[in-house]
Amino acid sequence: MAKELLEGNEAFAEAAVRAGLEAFYGYPITPQSEALEHLSKRLPELDRVFLQAESEVAAINMVYGAACAGARVMTSSSSPGISLMQEGLSYIACSEVPVVLVNVMRGGPGLGNIQPSQADYFQSVKMAGHGDFHMIVLAPADVQELIDHMVLAFDLAEKYRTITLVVADGSIGQMMEPAELPPMRQVRPPEERTDWALTGAKGRDANTITSLYLGAEKLEEVNLRLQRKLREIAAHEVRWKEYETEDADLLLVAFGTVGRICQTVVRDARDKGINVGLLRPVTLWPFPSERIAELADQVQGILTVEMNAGQMVEDVRLAVEGRCPVEFYGRMGGIVPLADEILPELETLAAEVKTGQEA
Amino acid sequence: MTTVKIPEDMELVYDYPDSLTEADTHYCPGCTHGTIHRLVAEVLDELGVRTRTIGIAPVGCSVLAYNYFDTDFAEAAHGRAPAMATGLKRVSPDNVVFTYQGDGDLAAIGTAEIVHAANRGELFTTIFVNNAIYGMTGGQMAPTTLPGQVTTSSPTGRDVKAAGYPIRMSELIGILPGSAYVTRQAVFDVRGIRRTKRAIKTAFRAQLEGCGFSMVEVLSTCSTNWGMSPQEALEWAEEHMVDYFPLGDTRVSDDVRAFMEE
Repeated sequence: MAKELLEGNEAFAEAAVRAGLEAFYGYPITPQSEALEHLSKRLPELDRVFLQAESEVAAINMVYGAACAGARVMTSSSSPGISLMQEGLSYIACSEVPVVLVNVMRGGPGLGNIQPSQADYFQSVKMAGHGDFHMIVLAPADVQELIDHMVLAFDLAEKYRTITLVVADGSIGQMMEPAELPPMRQVRPPEERTDWALTGAKGRDANTITSLYLGAEKLEEVNLRLQRKLREIAAHEVRWKEYETEDADLLLVAFGTVGRICQTVVRDARDKGINVGLLRPVTLWPFPSERIAELADQVQGILTVEMNAGQMVEDVRLAVEGRCPVEFYGRMGGIVPLADEILPELETLAAEVKTGQEA
Repeated sequence: MTTVKIPEDMELVYDYPDSLTEADTHYCPGCTHGTIHRLVAEVLDELGVRTRTIGIAPVGCSVLAYNYFDTDFAEAAHGRAPAMATGLKRVSPDNVVFTYQGDGDLAAIGTAEIVHAANRGELFTTIFVNNAIYGMTGGQMAPTTLPGQVTTSSPTGRDVKAAGYPIRMSELIGILPGSAYVTRQAVFDVRGIRRTKRAIKTAFRAQLEGCGFSMVEVLSTCSTNWGMSPQEALEWAEEHMVDYFPLGDTRVSDDVRAFMEE
């Protein structure tokens, strides 16, 4: 299939359709409403389910219901909408039904604005809802990767019976780029839905899907099972990209849009004689901690760059465990840091490291 | 459970419906949930739909309803059962779907979900059990608590100037054009129980015939949290609840009327 000029939001919606999406339930919110609009036209054409819900609270619970039926289902939203969905996410995580979620992040807190942001890192990887759980979190850096992540998201969600979140920011959602859509997959017919799904107790015992376990020992058992699954995911599904790290003395760590901008920073810095590499986490959970720790032994310092007040940098520091200095640079409020303002931060780090070595 | 051998000269005339499990319920003595569960199960049996039925349980006293119905079941977050039922039914249109909800679940925290599901004419059935109190959490004021009624969170009686008025959900849902059949019944006596069963059957038939959303509100008692004996509770309910929550249909669509008159 040839490359086309595609807008991020429409591209991920169409990629989901091609990945076999059976139903979408959502609520309009900027900057991702084009996805909902695309699906409102596309899914009925294909005789699949599209429903605009009365709220994000309802939308996520509709998704939960359809997932219980064993259907391939998703919703998408942006930051304030994801906050409203957190109740449902916790129930879904405990019930272990597969769900795909997209967050096209905007500036916060509160109503914030509709500019691109990465301020939902904590929400995505650490506090998706009450209780002990994690979602798999994929962080694309361009429209092509956003498309590819949608297909991967459904596969991972169903493989592990978990929530996969694709977390982009408003600039990826709104940007048009040449990209290639995946081939159309067949939709799984209802009679081939999985054996744990709620399809009617015909020729088998009744199935129950619940997140209620009144006995403490039983609930601990459920939690231990969930934790085993999360460890399995952490062992097999960590993804990241590296750029020019082989000979690097300094390391940039950045994800999503900023991860892409930092590729320019690497090039500009190397032009100035600074030997820097870039690690871009592709999965924010599980986090590429082991690889960052290895690189921390190689480099003299790390600069983490984010479109927030410094969230992922906490995980970078946990991975580094003091092996080298970890600095942070970020912009908030929906401002995308440019390569020209990141480079001086890197130069400062380079100078500090040099001074430290001389002292 | 205990198995009783039936003497040869006697006939078994009353047994568990197939749609009920034989589990002992956790409900308080005198609670009407057991009666209502049985009515729903009898209707599912009579319509022959047990093996394609999916129930959605609420948060409240009937949170464990899935232990008592022998059908597929999901447990919803508080108030969200109509949203779950919507999502589920849309991808499984051949299944029979029902929510079983109490008054805190449906008329307080889940008001938006029930109103919009009804308004869209979702093809599922809601059994709405109204006992004018929060039972599971220990007897607090519900959206349906009567004016002046004493609860653990309205210790001097519900003051409508401060706490608002009890909400009449059947009237509210009945005016929505997506609703096909909405009715309020009571299980305070044998006649009421029989009428309630007929209403539940009509509601499920409305779903099966594709008429639209259907809901049966069932006035119920909570002798434990009302602080009465089961018999006193039934009498109090008959005397006080029915005045505020009048019995009868608030919506019967033409489609539903047509099959009711068959």
